[in-house]
Amino acid sequence: MTPPEGIPVAPEHPSALVPLLRLSQIERRFGAVEALVGANLEVRAHEVVAIVGDNAAGKSTLAKVVAGVLQPDAGLIEIDGESVQIASPAAAQQLGVATVFQDLAVADNLDVTANLFLGREQRRRGSLLMDEGEMEVTARRVLRDLGARIPSIRTRLGELSGGQRQAVAIARTLIGNPRIVVLDEPTASLSVGQTAEVLTHIENLRELGLGVIFISHNLNDVRAIADRVEVLRHGRNNGSFTGREATNEDLIAAITGAFRADGHLEAYRRG
Amino acid sequence: MTATKNGSAPVSATAQARSRLLGNRGVGEFLLDQRAFVALIVLVIIFALMTDAFLTPTNLITMTKHVAYNAILALGMLLVIITGGIDLSVGSIVGLSGIVAGVMLQGWDLSLFDTTAYPAVWVVVVISLAVGGLVGALNGWLITRFNVAPFIATLGTMYIARGAALLISNGSTFPRLQGDPELGNTGFSFLGVGRPLGIPTAIWIMVIFAIVIWVLATRTRFGRHLYATGGNERAAQLSGVLVKSVKMRVYIISGLCAGMAGLIIASELTSAAPQTGQSFELNAIAAVVIGGASLAGGRGTVKGALIGAFVIGFLSDGLVLVGVSSFWQTVIKGLVIVLAVILDQSQERLKKARAAAQAAQSVKRELADRQPVATA
Repeated sequence: MTPPEGIPVAPEHPSALVPLLRLSQIERRFGAVEALVGANLEVRAHEVVAIVGDNAAGKSTLAKVVAGVLQPDAGLIEIDGESVQIASPAAAQQLGVATVFQDLAVADNLDVTANLFLGREQRRRGSLLMDEGEMEVTARRVLRDLGARIPSIRTRLGELSGGQRQAVAIARTLIGNPRIVVLDEPTASLSVGQTAEVLTHIENLRELGLGVIFISHNLNDVRAIADRVEVLRHGRNNGSFTGREATNEDLIAAITGAFRADGHLEAYRRG
Repeated sequence: MTATKNGSAPVSATAQARSRLLGNRGVGEFLLDQRAFVALIVLVIIFALMTDAFLTPTNLITMTKHVAYNAILALGMLLVIITGGIDLSVGSIVGLSGIVAGVMLQGWDLSLFDTTAYPAVWVVVVISLAVGGLVGALNGWLITRFNVAPFIATLGTMYIARGAALLISNGSTFPRLQGDPELGNTGFSFLGVGRPLGIPTAIWIMVIFAIVIWVLATRTRFGRHLYATGGNERAAQLSGVLVKSVKMRVYIISGLCAGMAGLIIASELTSAAPQTGQSFELNAIAAVVIGGASLAGGRGTVKGALIGAFVIGFLSDGLVLVGVSSFWQTVIKGLVIVLAVILDQSQERLKKARAAAQAAQSVKRELADRQPVATA
């Protein structure tokens, strides 16, 4: 169950040659504001890629481009090496991309199973009625895969803790058998214990062979589980680090711009 | 199974039944949860003690028939309220669908074709229902296409539908809707006066509507999406629920229910008046709210709405039977509605407190479980 240290997939593994997802030179403006200016990102199977950056660095915009919520003004999106358009969240799901949005997209008045299958409820063969039994079986399996501890799959979401609700939100992504999961600030507003739990879930996503894009403010969380950390600053890539080797100082320098991608240390040196 | 489960600590059968019924709640909380049903029982007991005429089969059937109109409206209203909306137009639709039926049964003046049509009763029923559904579709269109608040949109269509009923009838009543055997349009009275198997048709229709809407709400994707839309509209949308289509459909269903109620009433009176159904929307809303639905959306059951309709109906008829003045009847009905909402609020507070306690406990357990935390 413990993930192998260091993780990078052996280079001869075919999935390592062609990334699951590759974004090249993505640009996106909101009026006069340039949210993304030629941002690049690669994600492979069995890999957690963290995206960090200051507020308005373009993290969430990049996530929304992958999730199909926003369309880039320019740039190339490739899945399995083939150029694709992600026109809508539904299109993203078709392409195997599942997203957990920052504002918890769960319905508190519905139970765990109902939330997991919301919008994708299974029907009994040849009937308009839902197949609750089948959905419960899948719900149990998905929660077990994730290592989530939920009292009952029929508990209403409103009665769960923040961490458990986030676990359900993450488990939701597994229902459609995705290959890439995008998590936008999944540990924001969680307590320490709950954060640890959610990080375990993310590691389990990697164990399941998924490519994970993990957006976060919290450098400790990022360093704990990310195989690779990509820093965004003003909508551009500003440094790429191996998760286990990056120090907080390195990351902060890249985030604040003291360190630039080209290796210059200016403001940081000057103090 | 149970024997092994309880092997260590034998539990008496009554205690088991008790825990199955109550869960981990106290008796008080159970009564609070089932308050609409408790209220109905209390009403029946009080009225039965006050007058012998109350608890007779004839009176119960008559009262249930009165309940049926309101219940059919409440069932449609329930779906609307679960999505977080409201439908003020149902009372006017009751009037309009009755008038449409009246026009056609009296002879539909098709001056364009220079004839007067006398459609068969089933055609009349279908067209009147369709008119109800059409007003519902108009509601849904205003709400989903132009983002008009449901309260305002249906307030508007409430006036429009009432005005249409008055225009069509020129303000007068269509009497004698029993039809003419020579014209082949008899049989309309079946809806309001017929008694298949000794039970009034209105009650059968209520039962059928209740079953259909219960299945819709609890067993289909549409029902699931209904509750999701009312609970967290944005989450539903992000999950791929077609929120607008869900809303459109609930207003159409509500319109159809109101159309049906209008037909039953016109049939029972064998006449159609344009003012029929005034303030019926408020009774329907009251029934749904007494049944435990939340006007904020996301919560409500068919069982609750039905019991709510029975409470409102039995209360009005019972007060008449025991001779309470109609002024007091109005006051008492208002008090019951206010009480229902107050109880609902206190139950919600209780539930929230319980949920918070549960969440706190599971956090505590989590922390205890992972004492040796690797703080990375």
